Parts: sequence; C-alpha cells; structure tokens
Amino acid sequence: MRDLYQSQRAMRNMRQAAMQRGVIAILDVGSSKIACLVLRFDGPEQFSAKDSGGDGVGSMAGQSSFRVIGAATTRSRGVRFGEVEAMAETERAVRTAVQAAQKMANVRVDHVIACLSGGRPRSYGLDGQVDVQGQVVTEGDIGRVLAECEIPDIGEGREVLHAQPINFALDHRSGLADPRGQIGATLTTDMHMMTVEASIIENLLYCIKRCDLELAGIASSAYASGISSLVEDEQELGAACIDMGGGSTGISIFMRKHMIYSDSVRMGGDHVTSDISMGLQVAPAMAERIKTFYGGVLATGMDDREMIEVGSNTGDWERDRRTVSRAELIGIMRPRVEEILEEVRVRLDAAGFEHLPSQQIVLTGGGSQIPGLDGLATKILGQQVRLGRPLRVQGLPQAATGSAFSAAVGLSLFAANPQDEWWDFDIPAEKYPARSFKRAVRWFRENW
Amino acid sequence: MQPLRAQRPTGRRDPAPSRMRYRYQRLMLTPGFRKLVKVGVPLLVVAGLIAGWTAREPNRLMIADAYNTTKSRIQQRDEFMVKVMTIDGADDTLAGDIRTVLPLEFPSSNFDLDLEDMRQIVAALPAVADATLRVRPGGILQVHVTQRIPVAVFRAPAGLKLIDAGGVLIRNIIVRADRSDLPLITGDGAREALAEGLEIYARAGPLAPRMRGVVRMGERRWDVILDTGQRILLPTNNPIAAFERVVALNQAQDLLERDVAVVDMRNPTRPTLRLNEQAVANLRQINADQEQE
Repeated sequence: MRDLYQSQRAMRNMRQAAMQRGVIAILDVGSSKIACLVLRFDGPEQFSAKDSGGDGVGSMAGQSSFRVIGAATTRSRGVRFGEVEAMAETERAVRTAVQAAQKMANVRVDHVIACLSGGRPRSYGLDGQVDVQGQVVTEGDIGRVLAECEIPDIGEGREVLHAQPINFALDHRSGLADPRGQIGATLTTDMHMMTVEASIIENLLYCIKRCDLELAGIASSAYASGISSLVEDEQELGAACIDMGGGSTGISIFMRKHMIYSDSVRMGGDHVTSDISMGLQVAPAMAERIKTFYGGVLATGMDDREMIEVGSNTGDWERDRRTVSRAELIGIMRPRVEEILEEVRVRLDAAGFEHLPSQQIVLTGGGSQIPGLDGLATKILGQQVRLGRPLRVQGLPQAATGSAFSAAVGLSLFAANPQDEWWDFDIPAEKYPARSFKRAVRWFRENW
Repeated sequence: MQPLRAQRPTGRRDPAPSRMRYRYQRLMLTPGFRKLVKVGVPLLVVAGLIAGWTAREPNRLMIADAYNTTKSRIQQRDEFMVKVMTIDGADDTLAGDIRTVLPLEFPSSNFDLDLEDMRQIVAALPAVADATLRVRPGGILQVHVTQRIPVAVFRAPAGLKLIDAGGVLIRNIIVRADRSDLPLITGDGAREALAEGLEIYARAGPLAPRMRGVVRMGERRWDVILDTGQRILLPTNNPIAAFERVVALNQAQDLLERDVAVVDMRNPTRPTLRLNEQAVANLRQINADQEQE
C-alpha cells in the first residue's frame, strides 16, 4: 500500500504541475480508437456561480475552467479489450493522435492523463471505523479512518486504480459528505476501491513513456464516461452508466455523486464487427463500414427490401456483387448486442443495482450509436434507459461531441476537478515508523 | 501474431509519424527552441554573411567610398554652398586682416565651415573686440565684428602702438603724427593705469595743447611732460587733484611759461620747483642786485 500511495501522490503532484503550466493532454486509449484532447487551463473559472444570476448554478464539474485547444482521433491498433496487446503498434497510434492534437493546439504537451477500459476491473466496498481524537473531526482523523479500512486480498499482480471515500458516518449520523469540523466520537467511512491488473497499467505507462510523455493521472474509462454522460441528478440519485466501447463494455454505478461500483464486460463493438465479418464473409474493414452505415438491432418489414452491397476484397473482387438485406444484417448484429446487454444485466444484478432507489441506466460510448439500441436495451435492462452524450465542454470540435468521446470528455472533467481519493489525505502519524518527536509533542499536549 | 518487423501492407499509408519525426515536431513546438530557430538562426546567418563580406578589405573600402561620395554629394548641393563673405563693423585695414586670417576658398560647403573655430580666429585679432559669424541664406558668410576703439597712443620700447580703453594694444603706428588726436602714454605699468592717465589728459584744460604725454614712473605715479621738456611730477595718491592745482597755478601765474624745468608735486604739502641752470643764475643775479641797492 505504501508505494501505491507514493506513485499516486507523485501522479497527483505531476497533475498539479501540469495545471500550473496550463496545458495537459487527455488520452483515451480504446480498442477501436485513440483520442487525444489538449486542454488549456485558463486559471479561475470563467462562469462562476455568482455570475450566472446568483441562482447557485455554477459549473457542475469544473468544465468551464478549461478549454479544449486540440483534439485528434486515430484508429486504434494493437489494443484489444482495452489492453495494450502490441506495444509498438499502440505506441505508433498514440504518437499519431498526440502529434495531431499538438499540431492543432500548436503547443507542446508533456503531461498526459490516460484512461483504460480493460484490466478486468473489480470493485470492493471497504469500511473503517476510528475514535475521533479530541472534540472535532480533523483532517488527520479522516486520514486515520481511511487508513483503518481493512484491505481485502485483491489478488496477486493487481493494483488499486481508484480508492474514493464515498460516505462518512459520525456516531449515528450517516451520509456525511464532509465530516471535518463536526463534533462526534466515532467516525466511520465507506470507501470504494477499484483494482485492475497491474501489468495492464504498467504496459500503458510504458507505452506513454515511450512517446516522451509523462503520466499525470490515470482513471478507469467507465468512471470517466460516468462523470461526463450522467447528468447531475442522475449522479446524485443513482444511475448506471454503460460505456459500450470497441473491445469492452464498462459499467459504472453512481450514487450521491460518487462511483460506488464498477465492472466491465469484455465484449464490445469489435465483436459485432467480427460477427458481421464472419457472417457475411467480408473483410473486417468492410464489416465495420457496413455496421456503421446500415447497422441496427430492430428489424422492420422495410428492412427486408433494403439491399446492401457487400462488395469485398475476395480476390475475385470484380465479380463480387453480393448483396444482403438489412434484415439479415440486423439478424447478425442483434444476438451479439443482446448478449452484451444480458452480460451487463448480470453484472448489474450481481452488484445489487435493483436495490438502488433509482433505476436509471445511461448508454454511452461508440457502441450506443446503433439505431434502435435504446429499444432493445429497454427490454433487457429495464424501463429507464436513455442514450447519453457527453457534457459539452468549451472548444471541443463538433466531431468529438459524440457519445464515442464520453470517456475522453469525462477524463477532462476528471483532470479539472478530481475527486478526493484515499491518497489525497495525509498518512496518519502513527503509521510512520520514526515520528517520535511528533508523538512526544502530542503526548505532552494531551497530558497537560 | 503480427509480423515483428514493421511491415506495412502495401497501398495503405501508415499515418503514424516516425519516432524521430514525432520528437522533431515536439521540439519545434517548444517555445524557446522555436524562437531560437525562427529568430536566432536567421539573425545568425545574416550577421555571418555581413561579417564575412566586410571581412574583405576592398569591400570595406567600397562601403566607405560610397558613404563619402553620398555625403559629399549632399554637402556640395547648391543650397549648402557659401559663396561670399561680407564683413561689417570693420574698417578696411581690419577687413583685410580678417580676410587674411580666414583662409577660405569660395565657394565651399556650409558643412566644411567650422563657424566657432573661425569666430575664435577672428576674435583673436588684436583689433577685434568681439565677432559673430553666421551663414545667411543665399550662401553669404556674414562676419560681424566689433572693433576696438583706440583711446591713446602707447609708446613701447619697440615703437608706437594704439591702445584701447581696456589697455589692449590694437596695432602699430609708424609716427606719432598719424594719430595726433590721441594722447600719448608711456612708461612701465602705464597700460594697467590707463584710465588715470587719460583722466589727467582730460583735466589738462588750457594746458592740453602743450602736453607732450604722460609717463608712468616706477609703476606707481605719473609724470606729465610738456612740449618744452618741462615735467610735472605727480604724487602716487590723488594725482588728479595735484595736476589740477598745477593747471590752476599756471592759469593764475603763468607758472609754466617761466623757465621752470620741473614742478614737483610729489609731496602735496610742499610743492617744489626746479629751475633751469640759467634761471637759477639769473635769479641769484637779481637777488644780488637787490641786496646791493
């Protein structure tokens, strides 16, 4: 735990340094595309709460404190299931995206915040309890109660990606967002911890380092898309965000503006494409094209008559005049999409999503653009399903406002306004081996 | 597995930049480096070219020649040429002197004339009290001099000179008769006490036609010399009053018409006369005659 503290704190410091310099890059390494945004932080927020007429509605997630000055996307290569599979290919793709974004921004970026969707994320709920020292709860008490949380066995070769305190309880009062300065005797906390495989993070880190960039933060893409595509009410009342990516589908459940659960299904749009490729006997690139142009999940009578040409590079390409009806295409796509959604349903059930007061589900990510998906999802996931698009941020090009960019936008918001994590609080003094002087001072203070 | 060698399918261009290219672009986006390349390097190249070109002697001479030619072409323009010199406030002798000391060849350029230097040369002439020079429109060098006014003729061991009120020697004259209108003053220290000497002349009254000159004696007092060789010795203090007494005495008793060689007024309480030898003999003779009677 100690070196996790150190590395995460080092990343946080680097993020601070990048904010000082004013330029930071966002890198979404996905299975189907790699997106890079260059953010410029202009200091204080432009639209503060008092400027907007005093109705208390300021910027919700700090999105007005920065501006997107460069954006670039490139086809991802060497990434599968959101994990780096071929390092050199991935590195090349990252270079392409970063270079194009730098060129658009006309500024050099050194610090990058990345997100990853793979690595088999696992969620843990932790709790800790501690007696408050003195009358009121101080920051030290919070640090102690967080340190008091019992770490479960997260398994060999796994690393903590997020560890966020989501609830504090002081004596019998629960649901405190910030217990500091309150009077009480026993402080209890609930913490959400998310772990991923360490090798995945290391690979990504190495890949970014090879591009001469420094990692200033890392987040789960499910978490990032939840930040950007859930509206404030949904985050407050409880909602699940389903980020349907290329190689994996991320699930994050939000409640009281904290992520309380996260998981991922290792299936996504690429599997739909490969189904089409196999089913229609066409190349993957052609299958991708057919999927994005003609794809759907709800067949109607009209679709039987709509014929799609699937001319492909078969070697006899001059004579390849095959056509399929759109209904056939839908017939190929639908089972896979259903499978993904069923798997999501299983994960949500396992997380106990049905016990939440609000059953809102938001579909986002590139895969959510399949026409008719909301209708299909309603049948599988429940009635309260909507398609989500990321929050609008300043300067984002029109091409990057689609739902495929919710993770990238969410990561920008995360960069501008990060949530408190475990490592943001000081390690309590008694965890330090050699702080006898401080302890002596405390003993002196307590006994006089 | 993908081929380990970077082998791209033909026909499809890889959009990814090579590592060197990527690094180069990042370097060029670094503000300091970009400024260095975009400003520093061209500056260096231009400076190097200029330095290399001027390092050759003929090139430097060429630049200097071109500069001088252009400069003289502008200076030799008609508007800047001075063609005539006019002198006012000076008599013909002085004007001639000025033309001699200012060796100017007309026409010459306005830029070549050092007016202050020329003014000092002109002002250094003994006969000039003050001079101003300016170039008037139309290419005329106007020299305005204030001449010194001679107030007396000073007899120096070398010859006769005119002297002005300040004691400055103006010029030589050949004979006293040239300026017989001016008083003659001589003796060591006479130039320093010139005002007093002139005052004596002014008080001469009826004696004035007879006065030959005043002589400063021992740098402290005056002698007045009359045409018959008679001397009036004046005291150091208050010589004017003593001289007026002599003048009054002369008016009343024709003192100086008599055979007196020296009137010594040096002791004001005891004026003394020295007679000529013949007069003394005559006086004794007269006295002896009167005693015999």
